[in-house]
Amino acid sequence: MMNPVQPKPCTILDVHKESAHEWTFRVATDAKVAHGQFMQLSIPKIGECPISVSAQGDGWLEFTIRSVGKVTNVIFEKTAGDTLFLRGPYGKGWPVNQFKGKHVVVITGGTGLAPVRSMLNLFAAEPGTAKSVHLISGFKNEEGIVFHKELEAWKEKFSTIYALDNDAKDGWRTGMVTAFVKEIPWDSFGGDYAVVVVGPPPMMKFTGLELLKNGVDAEKIWMSFERKMSCAVGKCGHCRIDETYVCLDGPVFPYTVARDLVD
Amino acid sequence: MGYTLTAAQANQVLDALRKDYTVYAPKRFCNQGRYSATDIIRYDEVERWEDIVWDVKSDYPAKEVLTPIQQAIFYFTEDEYRESKGPKKPILILARPCDINAQRVQARIYAGNGGYTDLYYERMRELVKFALMECNGGDDTCFCVSMGTNKTDDYSLALKFSDNGVRVQVTDDAFASYFEGLPQANYTPAFVEENELKVTVPDLEDKEVRKALKSHPMWQEFNSRCISCGACTVACSTCTCFTTRDVIYGDNPEVGERRRVTSSCQIAGFDQMAGQREFRSTAADRMRYKVLHKFHDYKARFGDSHMCVGCGRCTHRCPELISISATVNKVSAAVDEIKAGLAKH
Repeated sequence: MMNPVQPKPCTILDVHKESAHEWTFRVATDAKVAHGQFMQLSIPKIGECPISVSAQGDGWLEFTIRSVGKVTNVIFEKTAGDTLFLRGPYGKGWPVNQFKGKHVVVITGGTGLAPVRSMLNLFAAEPGTAKSVHLISGFKNEEGIVFHKELEAWKEKFSTIYALDNDAKDGWRTGMVTAFVKEIPWDSFGGDYAVVVVGPPPMMKFTGLELLKNGVDAEKIWMSFERKMSCAVGKCGHCRIDETYVCLDGPVFPYTVARDLVD
Repeated sequence: MGYTLTAAQANQVLDALRKDYTVYAPKRFCNQGRYSATDIIRYDEVERWEDIVWDVKSDYPAKEVLTPIQQAIFYFTEDEYRESKGPKKPILILARPCDINAQRVQARIYAGNGGYTDLYYERMRELVKFALMECNGGDDTCFCVSMGTNKTDDYSLALKFSDNGVRVQVTDDAFASYFEGLPQANYTPAFVEENELKVTVPDLEDKEVRKALKSHPMWQEFNSRCISCGACTVACSTCTCFTTRDVIYGDNPEVGERRRVTSSCQIAGFDQMAGQREFRSTAADRMRYKVLHKFHDYKARFGDSHMCVGCGRCTHRCPELISISATVNKVSAAVDEIKAGLAKH
């Protein structure tokens, strides 16, 4: 019988420091991952944790990790050539096919940018996939900014608003992402759009409400959730909300489902 | 085929069965109870017929045989994972209808949910056959009839215990040989038809009603009553949640295991991610989460039954005397109130 929780050893190819506490690990694997899916990363004798795939290429995946727990702290001690154990991919990713040919608005808070990064890279690499891409990315402060290189490159490809919550930065705005929702040219989309929101739970809640206030159709909004998980295959129960398992039915949810989930 | 056996004959059969099966039944563990000089009755391998406790309900459920409180799922040596090995010998579990029905509930989650079958559950379940213990009515915490779990046909043997011996029905031919030559007498198990306790499971189909119920003041009571100890989960016949935990063996940091440990949504931190706040930070939140899972969410996902078999063990084990049946009846009252309120508007 197949064991769905059996991890496989994979070699770390590169470690890139995005910020003091958020590093991106490139890992060699032939796992085929849909944009927005996640994997279980583990270190024997330490533990496992779910991490979303933040970029992908031929024979590798990237994971952008914050060192906040037992497992991630040990992952931060690893360097290129070391082994990381992987299983997955799990869950439902972004419905990219539904986004094709539409105006896509992406709103992220902090490292909420990680689970949409691989899809944004696709939109940047294959112009025309989306009719247009509008990106609002907010970070708490300068130290929290991740994916510096991509943020610069996306300025050329997408219509971008980058912001820090309270601080000033050259070329950046100051304020919460919700403040910039009204600047998106919603009227020019002719209803042909999709909105993606990822960030901490309060950010997603208030962004959802702000979008509705701006007349955005609830059925065209998508969100990605993050919850505690032990198994990622619908057994351990930690990620369950109502009759929904985030690991199986998510992490990406239509807003019409997401807004009714009560933890 | 039916038989009537004396205790001595029953012991003979048990000896023969034990050659081919590991036999589990409720057993008394003296002085291991919660208070001094009290016992605990829980499932364990039985070697002697007299050790089987049949006259009272076990404190802990039969699920402990299939999904132990703690089990190793992988062993590590340096950087290698090796899957733990499961038992090879078939298993016979003596259980009441509530415990047998509970396995149907657990299987919906462990074997199937999301298209994944859990290896550790399935490899046990494939080995298990049940010997039904005719229930003598349980106790004042039981409400199996309300939950529709008072009956089952998932058994290979049915047993009716008495002080003098046991009456047996053999429904699975694989067991016929163990009874050859023993005195025959027809026996068909009876099922409990009425409990003292009756529970009305509220109709929670309506989304608006559920939404109102989640923020209903009735849950606040549990902030002062529930101590979030998780005793109800451990005693529950159906609860499946677990946490995975890696341990290093003390004398060699290169060797260790990945364990699956029973976990409870009633304990603080169940939903807490590293470096983040809990979603359900109060006992009231956690009780609401559990009760709605048992009496709505599970059925909404899997369709066939609720996630409670009415065994009453959670009530029996709660150190704060919280009764699940009283709680569900309170939910029903709250739902009536909510529906009346919605109808007015």
